[in-house]
Amino acid sequence: MSDIESTQSAPGVRSRPMSELETVVIRFAGDSGDGMQLTGTEFTKSIAAEGSDLATFPDYPSEIRAPAGTLAGVSAYQVHFSSQEVYTPGDQPDVLVVMNPAALRINLPDLPRGGIIITNVGSFTQSNLEKAGYKANPLEDGSLSGYQVFAIDISKQVALALEGTGLTVKEVGRCKNFYALGLMFWLYNHPIEREEKSIRAKFQKNPKIAEANIKAFRSGYYYGETAELFPSRYVVPPAVIAPGTYRHITGNEATAVGLITAAQLASLPLFCGTYPITPASDILHTLAMYPHYDVITFQAEDEIAAITATIGAAYAGALGVTTTSGPGMALKTEAIGLAVMAELPLVIVNVQRGGPSTGLPTKTEQADLFQAVFGRNGECPVVVVAPATPGDCFGMAIEAARIAIRHMCTVIYLSDGYLANGAEPWKLPEVASLQEIPVTFRTDPQGFFPYLRDPETLARPWVVPGTPGMEHRIGGLEKEDVVGNVSYDAQNHEKMVRIRAEKIACVVREVPDATVYGDTSGDLLIVGWGSTYGAITQAVKSLRRRGHRVSALHLRYLNPMPANVGRILASFQRVLVAEMNLGQLLTILRAQFLVDAVGFHKVQGRPFKVSEIVIKAEELLCAREQAELCAHAEMV
Amino acid sequence: MSQCNVVQAPKLTRKDFISDQDVRWCPGCGDYAILAGIQRVMPDLGVPREKIVFVSGIGCSSRFPYYMNTYGFHSIHGRAAAVATGIKMTRPDLMVWVVTGDGDGLSIGGNHFIHTMRRNIDLKILLFNNRIYGLTKGQTSPTSEQGMKTKSTPFGALDRPFNPLSVAIGSAATFVARSIDIDSPHLQYVLRRAAEHKGTAFVELYQNCNVFNDGTWESVTDKDVRSDRLLVLEHGKPLVFGKERKKGIRMRPDMSPEVVEINGNTSGLLVHDEMRRDEGYHFMLSRLAGPEFPEPIGVLRAVRDPTYEELLAEQVQAVVQRQGKGNLDKLLHAGETWTVS
Repeated sequence: MSDIESTQSAPGVRSRPMSELETVVIRFAGDSGDGMQLTGTEFTKSIAAEGSDLATFPDYPSEIRAPAGTLAGVSAYQVHFSSQEVYTPGDQPDVLVVMNPAALRINLPDLPRGGIIITNVGSFTQSNLEKAGYKANPLEDGSLSGYQVFAIDISKQVALALEGTGLTVKEVGRCKNFYALGLMFWLYNHPIEREEKSIRAKFQKNPKIAEANIKAFRSGYYYGETAELFPSRYVVPPAVIAPGTYRHITGNEATAVGLITAAQLASLPLFCGTYPITPASDILHTLAMYPHYDVITFQAEDEIAAITATIGAAYAGALGVTTTSGPGMALKTEAIGLAVMAELPLVIVNVQRGGPSTGLPTKTEQADLFQAVFGRNGECPVVVVAPATPGDCFGMAIEAARIAIRHMCTVIYLSDGYLANGAEPWKLPEVASLQEIPVTFRTDPQGFFPYLRDPETLARPWVVPGTPGMEHRIGGLEKEDVVGNVSYDAQNHEKMVRIRAEKIACVVREVPDATVYGDTSGDLLIVGWGSTYGAITQAVKSLRRRGHRVSALHLRYLNPMPANVGRILASFQRVLVAEMNLGQLLTILRAQFLVDAVGFHKVQGRPFKVSEIVIKAEELLCAREQAELCAHAEMV
Repeated sequence: MSQCNVVQAPKLTRKDFISDQDVRWCPGCGDYAILAGIQRVMPDLGVPREKIVFVSGIGCSSRFPYYMNTYGFHSIHGRAAAVATGIKMTRPDLMVWVVTGDGDGLSIGGNHFIHTMRRNIDLKILLFNNRIYGLTKGQTSPTSEQGMKTKSTPFGALDRPFNPLSVAIGSAATFVARSIDIDSPHLQYVLRRAAEHKGTAFVELYQNCNVFNDGTWESVTDKDVRSDRLLVLEHGKPLVFGKERKKGIRMRPDMSPEVVEINGNTSGLLVHDEMRRDEGYHFMLSRLAGPEFPEPIGVLRAVRDPTYEELLAEQVQAVVQRQGKGNLDKLLHAGETWTVS
């Protein structure tokens, strides 16, 4: 937390020095019933309004309400805001707001020495300490001496503030998070009026609770102002942000909005057949709000019905989308084969989570790349794309639909838990700038065959039932080239297998060339895909600042890959592939380009830290330098 | 697709529904009779050929769509009902038929089977029941009798069989019927009734697999025993059967059915009511089986409930009325936005 002392102070309050900061990372943590996600999102909204750049990440347990006070029940929300460009929610918090001992215990290891801890003393009861596994009270035993601890009895303060409001003890207890929020508003010098309006809007249906939350919020704010607890207030100046209208958006929301937009651009109804699964369900929840946009959401009886109903919808002329996560993807496998065989447009959204099996439902991972590219019986090629940031989900969802429709093929869209729940300010595109997606339903029976192909895209015609004179049959059995009758002919089968492969391969013509962040050649290229974009970019930025000849390549198109990937890989001395698996993209790159790339893997259900990538890169660069020195010495 | 000068389409005939594909079932298969029955019924329904879709899963019966000159989708094992659901939700104007078998529909596709019924989406589901896996050459199926020796159960099947009608009624189906492959007029009657029904129409068809389970229905469908072994249901008529129609079915005081001899006097017998809302009576009918009882054929249950696609359309309309038709600008600007200048 680098700070520059300044003398400015807010008018009308007791003078307290105001320190200017470039970057702050705050983590709110508490029991999953403590409302930390709400606290975090409310603070984030205010940060956005103050003009900082920001990124957020919630981290919650898979149990909805694990027993109160236990380690399993800790839920957290991290926000990173800055006057500079922000790429990730931050490696480690500068400030930890913890509502109980369990939250402290889980999150303390991430807080650097000297970091700020703001905590609710009132929750450090014997029983809560025991539940968190503390033998002694860490607030009293000196174990936190390396940190700046601000211990406030929030429970008591809120109880006092809400005396006489007629609320139950439980209701009063649930206002604690707004007290903490108020305190943060004071500490970071945010105006309170806007938040009060927001609370009133949020609790519109229950004005009594709204007013209580506002009271708690104000108490927190005033406590900061009156108590001589904090030596300074902080201010993060606004970032230089491109002009435009912004909205705070998570990856799941952006995916849903992108899919609806794609359907509108194609003038097709959107059919989403799906089955609830973490962390993909929010896409369904968002889509379900929009029936007036020709969106049909179908919560099927299982993952298989979800995708097969979607295939039926695509057959009937809708933009068919099915959304899921790894285990659901596994169940859909056979049906993906049918979609490939029937050559109907289909978008499959896989919001990856920790696997295998049930794995880590609420945690992020990138280990379904092989499954997406290869995981089916037979030669079963599909297009695979992956968005890079929450906001990027919008554009890539449209892109997935565009490719599926144009090539009459299956597109797998690989998001992950980190993108799905992470949020960032998203600049709204101009509607007029969005390109229409042309759709042609064939209605001319003259010379029609179900497997006739467009010579350019190799797509077969899309003929929807209801079109007179074109009755025909399709299905999962191998089809005779062009004619489309069932065929067991040996030569025909190989021909069809090759055509289906070629059809996917030729999508490359529309895939934009990959761009390199940094110079187009150098000592080290760090390759990533999906949600690692932010961490890798930030790492490369700081490596370059230190004088290293490092660049980054981020792949949004994984099958087929952009045409220039091989050339880029060959322009660097070393290639490092950083991904949240044990080397899946690495294996594909090595196989496809015969490149001696090395991998950097993290499979902990958590995203990469910028520092981890920086350290790994420096290790490689250092090893290279030493090898060069040795070679030089030998020559001498 | 609108046409300016509406020409009265010539009435279609059975031939119009025969596709150019060679039918490849084993000679003597019960499927031939069912195919012929459907092709005969189709022209009478007044639905243009292009508005009809046949969807199937995997199995002998699932080859059906290839032989119908309509739209057809031969999908994957067990999933026909789900594929058909997606089609019907997207295009409610289409008439969608599902052709399945006892293995496809009740084993691997069991989940879709029950959920389709509970939704009451307007699909016509024909289940060809031959009590054996034919395509995979003779394994036990979910309707095979307990103890049946097959290739996969050389010492006898241990599973207790499903009764498809009971499963359908238990899943809140609004139309449940049964017919047999070799009784063409009855088959056509039941198919027509299924076509007319709004909502999920489930029809079980007793079908003979003359290669792997020949004669499985002989004891009830054989011409000599049929009138004693089958109870032909007719709405509003008492439950009477037997060669001389001298046997009837009535309820004992303990609510269990019994067969009684009658002499022209049918009072006290159960009178068939396919439109009863509660499923109890229809379920009881579905359980009637030998040796004590004849097996019912005909329409057991036909109740009009709102269909899934009707409810969906209503819901969409209500939202459109409240919020107006969506546009992209509104979509993108949803929620809280702020402007950076």
